[in-house]
Amino acid sequence: MSTTTPEPTTAVGKAADWADTRMGASKLVREFGRKIFPSHWSFMLGEVSLYSFIIVVLTGTYLTFFFYPAMGELHYDGPYVPLQGVEMSQAYQSTLYISFELRGGLLIRQMHHWGALLFVAAVSIHMLRVFFTGAFRRPRELNWLVGVGLLALSWAAGFTGYSLPDDLLSGNGLRIIDGIIKAIPLVGTYISFFLFGGEFPGIDIISRLYTLHIMIIPAAIIALIAIHLIFVVVHKHTQWPQAGNTERNVVGEPVLPTFAAKGGGFFFLVFALIAGLSAFFQINPVWNYGPYDPSPVSAGTQPDWYIGWADGILRIAPGWMEFYIFGWPISMNILVAVIIMVGVLVGMAVWPFFEAWVAKDNREHHVLDRPRNAPTRTAVGVAFVVWYLVMWAGASGDLIAVFFHMSLNDMIYIFRFLFFFGPIIAYIVTKRICLGLQRKDREVALHGRETGRILRLPHGEFIEVHEPLDPHSAWRLVAFDSPEYVPAQADENGKISTAEKWRGRFSKFFFEDRVAPLSKAELEAAHAHNEGHGHHLDSEGNDQDGQGRPLPH
Amino acid sequence: MSSKEHTVTSDELDVNGHTNPGLPEHKPRLTDTYPEIERRFERQVAGWFVLSMLGTVLFIVSFIAIEPGESYDLMRLSNTLLGLGATLALLGIGVGAIVWAKNLMNDHEVTESRHDIHGSEEDRAIAVEIIKQAKEESGIARRPLIRNTLIAALALAPLPAVIVFRELGPLPGDKLFNTLWDQGVRLAIDTGGIPENPRLLRAEDVTIGSVVHVIPENIHDGDHALDEKAKAAVLLMKIDPDELNEDPERADWSYDGIVAYSKICTHVGCPVALYEHQTHHLLCPCHQSTFDVTDHCKVIFGPAKRPLPQLPITVDSEGYLVAQSDFPDPVGPTFWEINTR
Ligand code: HEM
Ligand code: FES
Repeated sequence: MSTTTPEPTTAVGKAADWADTRMGASKLVREFGRKIFPSHWSFMLGEVSLYSFIIVVLTGTYLTFFFYPAMGELHYDGPYVPLQGVEMSQAYQSTLYISFELRGGLLIRQMHHWGALLFVAAVSIHMLRVFFTGAFRRPRELNWLVGVGLLALSWAAGFTGYSLPDDLLSGNGLRIIDGIIKAIPLVGTYISFFLFGGEFPGIDIISRLYTLHIMIIPAAIIALIAIHLIFVVVHKHTQWPQAGNTERNVVGEPVLPTFAAKGGGFFFLVFALIAGLSAFFQINPVWNYGPYDPSPVSAGTQPDWYIGWADGILRIAPGWMEFYIFGWPISMNILVAVIIMVGVLVGMAVWPFFEAWVAKDNREHHVLDRPRNAPTRTAVGVAFVVWYLVMWAGASGDLIAVFFHMSLNDMIYIFRFLFFFGPIIAYIVTKRICLGLQRKDREVALHGRETGRILRLPHGEFIEVHEPLDPHSAWRLVAFDSPEYVPAQADENGKISTAEKWRGRFSKFFFEDRVAPLSKAELEAAHAHNEGHGHHLDSEGNDQDGQGRPLPH
Repeated sequence: MSSKEHTVTSDELDVNGHTNPGLPEHKPRLTDTYPEIERRFERQVAGWFVLSMLGTVLFIVSFIAIEPGESYDLMRLSNTLLGLGATLALLGIGVGAIVWAKNLMNDHEVTESRHDIHGSEEDRAIAVEIIKQAKEESGIARRPLIRNTLIAALALAPLPAVIVFRELGPLPGDKLFNTLWDQGVRLAIDTGGIPENPRLLRAEDVTIGSVVHVIPENIHDGDHALDEKAKAAVLLMKIDPDELNEDPERADWSYDGIVAYSKICTHVGCPVALYEHQTHHLLCPCHQSTFDVTDHCKVIFGPAKRPLPQLPITVDSEGYLVAQSDFPDPVGPTFWEINTR
């Protein structure tokens, strides 16, 4: 009981007192109400992930009230004429019911599907932003790992959901999964029989996937999101390199009111986007596909986008990759898809630790890297994105071939080529671009920004007028972290361990090509030089050499 | 808040020897300077919120007015109107809130200092003390017998939780090697789904260049018809005997140029549904494995490795096409035990 505070008199005051004396609400408001969030569009990607997840949970919950996750067969007698009398599972029938008979059912169903597509997309792009800005560095490595878990779970959530309506496409997707599982050496056949409760398709799979889809996976996602956000609060958000931003502060908007208003408003915008897509763009019209039947299939059908890259790998891998050891099959043509997917997740998980080891960098980083200032990381990231896109486009190889009037086989050969060389080319090009941009930054910091104004000097030479940067704009061009190549070091006994040799090699690979940031001395020298001989305009565009006439640069 | 405000010292600001110039001066917005512009934004925000209310009304009205089940077009109309209403209702709130925050709320940037994530020296010392005390009071270090048996018990305890999953499904047995096809089973036309009375096929029903999708007539015999269909689906093609390149061992597996092959792709199991008449190639629509029907459906392109298994056929005394036996090779995707029979 609180005795020291005066009795509240207003209604709001009474309510606040009630809440405070039961849950310490004032402490919460004091702690979080003025927390600072840096604002930048790229920091909204995590929010889009969060909001689309919430929307998917809301719409999905509604769907559970009407969907029957069961595979008992019945004959359709609903209003959709083309399917009347057709034998189908309860799952498929209830999906038709939701789509045709339930008021608002189709809208909610489409919102659930669009929301899921947006969710996986937002998570992926959010992850790329965290990668390219180096936000995964100490102290945020663990949160990056939580993120990797969320990424994998978002794929799982999508796939299990896609399979539930038991239409022709979803059943076909499951059949492919069954084929992949059977390719697993030693235990594959058993896993397949245990998953499907016997032979494919059986009568158990839908209800089992349902449990995963509506309970296990969302529960895991919610738990990880909670940890993820607690970490964001504990670490405080990173910020872009900008005048005023340091490793020891956070500059931005307070939660109350600005960030909350923008974030809350943004939630409604994401919601509106999903509702708008669902109102005007049809998604997964299962009534066109018919119930699952193992025999027919239509060409040119596409899986949901995030499954595409796995499907693409299955198309790109040639059949000779399946081989036999004493008669036991090793279906590398299929397993390669699993290996790449798991490999990508593992590679992502170890990256923060790998990079810190290579750079011998154990410091905390709260100021982000501009991607150009970490050329090797950026190039590796772009190479990965290109590799991913090659696999992803591979899943549409047949459509692309039709579009370009090419033979399907040639198309696959092109994808096989790009699978190996696409990332390499992307790596080289990206690294060159980053280094070029860094040189440009250096130029601009030294000589100012090009104004596009050309002056003719008395002796006939033309020069372009450069406008010097104010210190605030110059800051992010000169103040960045730029690790150097640290060759392998000997230990106390004068020996270089194998691991250290490797670290040295990686360090060379990462940091050998480097555009050093400007030192203070260089900058001052340039300014002295510019003042003596250069020609500048101040912010009003007036001549700055004091004599009103241009000087040779 | 003021307690968290932080004056930054210059050594924290320096990078590469450059001195951080600090936050740029705040530039006032139009709304900060001109009251009439401020009032205009105020009205705009309220306008967005009104739009939202109209959207909600549209949603409710269309929900009550349209019964979607009556026709396909009504279903589409209902979806569009409900969706439009929801979009406006949400958009109005979203845009309104953001316009408000951006133009009317304080936009001064605020600085907060970062604190060490780790505990203080004192926190650490006390934490170590607590752990030590726990170790002491439990005696876990002094009593290895208790500790080791506990570890062993904990390691074993999850096993039942693993073992119960044994009940998820039956063991594979020889299920993947057997289908409903058997000596004398007649070929029936696959008309989609599981037909009540499968229509049987005679040799003369199959013309050159055509492809017939086939299931066994006894499709209802298994426990679950879809499982059986998923293994037993067959493609029947009639090819000019001159073009057919038959292995002498398999010469009597076809009948009068009619050959039967499993429809289940040996890659990961899609139905191989596309037949090119000119080339006699079967193409799997899933990952484009291509099989040559004139050469025992060997793979000529794509990710599959094994040829499609052939079903030996003939005709019975009444002229119906029948199987001579089950598939000699297992159908569908490769699995670990595939060569154990
Ligand atoms: C369900 C999926 C996810 C949700 C809901 C989510 C949500 C968020 C939110 C709201 C933030 C703060 C705002 C921002 O920086 O964008 C954030 C930050 C972060 N996320 Fe995620 N995220 C998800 C997935 C991921 C993934 C896949 C990764 C990486 C593998 C990741 C790594 C991070 C990291 C390291 C931060 C801290 C960034 C910083 O402080 O700059 N997250 N996340
Ligand atoms: S399932 Fe036929 S090619 Fe993959």
